[in-house]
Amino acid sequence: MTTTNPAVAAESALRLQDVCFSYRPDRLILQIPYMEIAAGQSVFIFGPSGSGKTTLLGLLAGVLKASSGQVMALGRDLSKMSNSQRDHFRGSHVGYIFQMFNLIPYLTVEENIALPCRLDSERRHRLNGVPLHDAVRETASHLGIEALLHENVTNLSVGQQQRVAAARSLIGTPQLVIADEPTSSLDFDRRERFIKLLFENCRAARSTLIFVSHDRTLMPLFERCVSLPELNRAAQSL
Amino acid sequence: MILLSLAWHSLKNRRLTTGLTVVSIALSVALLVGVDLVRVGARDSFANTISQTDLIVGARGGSLTLLLYSVFHMGSATNNVSYQSYLHFKNHAAVEWTIPYSLGDSHRGFRVVGTTNDFYEHFHYHRDRKIEFAEGRMPDGIFDTVLGWDVAQALHYKIGDPIVVTHGISEGRGILQHDDKPFHVVGILARTATPVDRSVYVTLYGISAMHIDWADGGPPMPGEETPVSKITKDNLEIKQITAFLVRCKSRIDTLGLQREINTFEDEPLMAIIPGVALSELWNTIGYAEEALTVVTFFVLVVGLLGMLVSLYTSLNERRREMAILRAVGAGPRKVIFLLVLESGLLALAGTFLGVTGIYAVSALTQPLVEHRFGMFIPVTPPSTTGYVYICAVVVAGLLIGTVPAVKAYRNALADGLSIRV
Repeated sequence: MTTTNPAVAAESALRLQDVCFSYRPDRLILQIPYMEIAAGQSVFIFGPSGSGKTTLLGLLAGVLKASSGQVMALGRDLSKMSNSQRDHFRGSHVGYIFQMFNLIPYLTVEENIALPCRLDSERRHRLNGVPLHDAVRETASHLGIEALLHENVTNLSVGQQQRVAAARSLIGTPQLVIADEPTSSLDFDRRERFIKLLFENCRAARSTLIFVSHDRTLMPLFERCVSLPELNRAAQSL
Repeated sequence: MILLSLAWHSLKNRRLTTGLTVVSIALSVALLVGVDLVRVGARDSFANTISQTDLIVGARGGSLTLLLYSVFHMGSATNNVSYQSYLHFKNHAAVEWTIPYSLGDSHRGFRVVGTTNDFYEHFHYHRDRKIEFAEGRMPDGIFDTVLGWDVAQALHYKIGDPIVVTHGISEGRGILQHDDKPFHVVGILARTATPVDRSVYVTLYGISAMHIDWADGGPPMPGEETPVSKITKDNLEIKQITAFLVRCKSRIDTLGLQREINTFEDEPLMAIIPGVALSELWNTIGYAEEALTVVTFFVLVVGLLGMLVSLYTSLNERRREMAILRAVGAGPRKVIFLLVLESGLLALAGTFLGVTGIYAVSALTQPLVEHRFGMFIPVTPPSTTGYVYICAVVVAGLLIGTVPAVKAYRNALADGLSIRV
């Protein structure tokens, strides 16, 4: 994985400026004056539930659009993109790991991992000519789930499922990996192992890792920590 | 392509509901196409109750009446045709063959038809099928009779049995029995699934012999009957028949001959073209087929609604799946497309299964249906209406698929990347 991410050249992977978000005009969910995350960093964002974590991730992944302000991701302004442009951006540049139930139940492990590359041609091109099948195998071997490739996802343990989810988020070397409490369903030992694997792989791909959790015991593992309640003015005013 | 594979895997994953949905669509499509096949078959069979006959000739009157009594042996003629007139046209230069019918008597509810051996040689039905004997032979003697299949079955007659003909048309035993002149069964016709099966055939001489001593429409006084032993073909005179079928040597002559018969000066006659008259008759009784079509349409609607319900109810449990798809970059449009694709696949599979199923069934049961119901179901590619139905089902499936798709789209927008379990 010696691919050079074009966006790495830009010094910041993410930059939020005067970002406001609300579902209803009278109730502000998120108000962030400024936040910048350097490319290649691993960042821990913590906050209790209700502090706007999921909303922030929605903005960063381009599922939600900021009501006002600027969300710069990999040098591009997400808030100026159309819905389908943001979908496309997410498909090719973002890997996303959910808290749980990450996998499509009717696909095998291999098919689940291959999904982003099959849905987005740009992401597939970033495999640099490596056949998808081999790329899946390689990514799976990095995460130690090579033996599970042909398993039915319903036969996997939660820990195995999260590794498959990580493999899917990492395939095609997206510049941004977003993990939404991916370890909350794992026990302590597995938690640390999982995070270390994630670090290794993100580092190898030079991807920026945004890791969200309410579990502060994980803080020491990260290069940088951000407290969302401190950052989010809207939460403070509640 | 990936969406097609996703749709396929997702349907496969829910194979029970998928299977049930496909089967319910298949059943409604099979019903729809089946009714279409039966309709074509029924109309075809009806129009071919008699075939290769160019004209039906009878006394002047209503054309429908003539058709009914000559072809279906229903109702009765108001007037007869003189035997001279019949012979005149039988020997006409343009005529290939004729079949005379002499009607007016019955046997236990079945019509007795006086005819000649031309009937057994020339009568055709279902395009090119000819009369065949299941047993026995053509009538030869004056008191020989040949039974249609249904008559023999219903009354348990066999070769050699005597039968007594009733004067006039009546169910069971009539008032005036020709019991002084019993007939003997010499042949039983193979099943044709046409009115031929429900008739008793005697010779024209037989009809004359029954009525030999009759005067002014009444029977002879008891004791004055001519004994059977004294009746020979030589002392029988055929005075009149009821109707006759005409085959022209060339189809071009048909219209000319029809005009000639209709304007025949010696006797008021009327000639009708059976195909035209039959399709006119079919149109008047064909409303039943329309009712049937309407019912099948409702069945189809129910089948498609079943698909809608099964797709719609699966959406809630699939919200998670939709969120995952969105997270890996599938836009709401792809989500919509995926669901429309799924319903398209369901409709397509159901249609395919239904069409192949009904064709397999009709091919397998074709001989049985023809035997039991006298209907020849043609196993040919669907008619134009058939194709329209098939396309309509698939298009309707796709259209209906947009309902759950739009719902999924709304879900996807509302859920974003939060996974609801």
